[in-house]
Amino acid sequence: MPTSAISFDSRMSDPFTTIDQFIKGLLIGLGLDAAVTDIVLNIVGAVVLGSVVGAVAILLIWAERKLLARIQDRIGPNRVGPYGLLQTVADALKLITKEVLIPKGADRYVFIMAPMVVVAGVIGLWAVMPLAPGLIGSDINVGLLYIIAIGAIGTLGIIMAGLSSNNKYALLGAFRTVAQMLSYTVPLILALLIPVMLAGSMGMSTIVEAQGSVWFIFLAPLAALIFFISSMAEVGRAPFDLTEAESEIVAGYHIEYSGMAFGMFFVGEFIHAYTISALFTVIFLGGWQGPGVESFPLIGFFYFILKTSVMYFVVIWVRGTFPRIRIDQMNAFNWKFITPLALVVFMVTAILDKLVIEAGFNRTAVHLAANALIVLGTFFLLRAHAASLRRRLEVTDRPQVQQPEAASD
Amino acid sequence: MTVPQIIFLATAAVTLIAALMVVTVPRLVHAGLWLILALGGIAVLFILLENGFLAVVQVAIYIDAIAILIIIAVMLTRAVMSDTDPQINRMWLASALASLIIMAGLLVIVSQAPDASRGPLVDAEVGLDALGRALVDVDGFILPFEVASVLLVAALVGSIMVAMTPTRGD
Amino acid sequence: MVPLSWYLTLAAALFAVGLFGVLARRNAIAILMGIELMLNAVNLNLLAFWRYLWSDNLTGVVFIIVVLAVAAAEVAVGLALIISIYRRRSTVVVEEIDLLRW
Repeated sequence: MPTSAISFDSRMSDPFTTIDQFIKGLLIGLGLDAAVTDIVLNIVGAVVLGSVVGAVAILLIWAERKLLARIQDRIGPNRVGPYGLLQTVADALKLITKEVLIPKGADRYVFIMAPMVVVAGVIGLWAVMPLAPGLIGSDINVGLLYIIAIGAIGTLGIIMAGLSSNNKYALLGAFRTVAQMLSYTVPLILALLIPVMLAGSMGMSTIVEAQGSVWFIFLAPLAALIFFISSMAEVGRAPFDLTEAESEIVAGYHIEYSGMAFGMFFVGEFIHAYTISALFTVIFLGGWQGPGVESFPLIGFFYFILKTSVMYFVVIWVRGTFPRIRIDQMNAFNWKFITPLALVVFMVTAILDKLVIEAGFNRTAVHLAANALIVLGTFFLLRAHAASLRRRLEVTDRPQVQQPEAASD
Repeated sequence: MTVPQIIFLATAAVTLIAALMVVTVPRLVHAGLWLILALGGIAVLFILLENGFLAVVQVAIYIDAIAILIIIAVMLTRAVMSDTDPQINRMWLASALASLIIMAGLLVIVSQAPDASRGPLVDAEVGLDALGRALVDVDGFILPFEVASVLLVAALVGSIMVAMTPTRGD
Repeated sequence: MVPLSWYLTLAAALFAVGLFGVLARRNAIAILMGIELMLNAVNLNLLAFWRYLWSDNLTGVVFIIVVLAVAAAEVAVGLALIISIYRRRSTVVVEEIDLLRW
């Protein structure tokens, strides 16, 4: 486990390091040499992290179903266990006992591997997630780049599912997903470049440490919004769930999957949504930063979970209240609106940050003002666009009406 | 045999087998998936060469972009060339011979390579910082960097122009 | 420690395999895959030489970055050409794309 800049004054304040030291002592006592011990500890850490993330999904699915039910004025699961808490466990048991059907003409090995690739691509993201001060799977210096690279592996799994299922709806869903994911990666990366510039590093723990005084959401609110929207599209959640629209392409790429193979796609999507919330927390909400972290690093973990859960609530909220968009709207929104906006924000932030550091102004105020100006400019551009659209519509619809006065309202 | 050597041999075996499958399997979609495995093996080798940045870039560019584009192109053009058609041309024996001769020649040159050992490496963060500065340094590599960016823009515009559906009179 | 010659041998083998794919395959997309393998072999060679012989010099790494950019551009244009040919002549077999032979 890498050492962090924070000094630990007592062993009890950081149980993770204590456990780490304990296991290391135990293994060396058994006669293993230090290199092997490190490898064993890394494997143990990876297994523990992956299992915890997988187990959290059970809670997530329950929370999401309960919240969605409340948003839609229903009660939600309430039969199995207190408040229906065990509903997901029952569902998982049902899925595990069901047979995994492999359709005729399907590409057997690719078909079986696809859900694994999807889940592995999501869980792999947690390797660089800073959970608490000094508690991070692997503190590589290209953490954000790793997130982008591994996050797109899921696309591969979806292609594999689509092309191996031997089903036209699966193929259509896979094509939609790939189009959506590839195009929304562009604003996602542009939005992620801004916190990298502000922190001066791509390492995840460095980014968190750089937010000690001011969270990046106050320095770059537009970048945070763009990241949130495009990562929702990457996950394929509502309103971007046209990749698995039941009413259009009957569930898309996972139409032929049954049993736990389907369950893995399902769980993978929930973990991905939670991972996106965690990423938003780390990059824009200060990760484990909060009052009292210096003396008790363990509190940082609770701050992290708390902020992530709040973000996850927002994700569910968006899912419950927005209608699904059409595929042409999805493409137009990306290429004609969010990508140019991300480019503008990126360039303005790059130039301003350089000037601010040299001139010594208040960094937060300058960035906030610049973001507000960009929002105003975008707003006026959109108004002008809407006015011209309205004028054109009125001209074609009712040619007898004389000069329309759309610009006045 | 040390741990890095075992990792190297395993990765090299996987990469080579995957590469062989890429050029021999009849189903092109499978060839694309094997290509991804081979590219992933190269990324692992980059990590063994202690350049994590290039390994991650390799995954991001080759696997996430290039391999997926290739698989999509295979799926888009699948109708004309069914997987039962011969995938290898008449000259495959001559091709194999030529490849083997070139490989033999390369191996002769490789056997004359100096037996170097790894020197010390600067800290990864410092090395990445130096790379970033060198790419935009006038005394460094700003010309190749800018030429590469112009090339990418040209490729972007050119591929859109080439692949656009012919509208009329074409 | 892995000797430098192991990397060079692997790169040579990978290059030969890719070359075989380029020479023997009939499908244009498969030929592109072979070219990707060859480019990767070159990248592996460059990085191995950088690590073992010139690790204080950034030229090798910059060269790899340029190769990556060229590979991305090549695949984009190459696939666009293949899709375009497929639309006009409904074939992706290189032996049948022979309009310019005469």
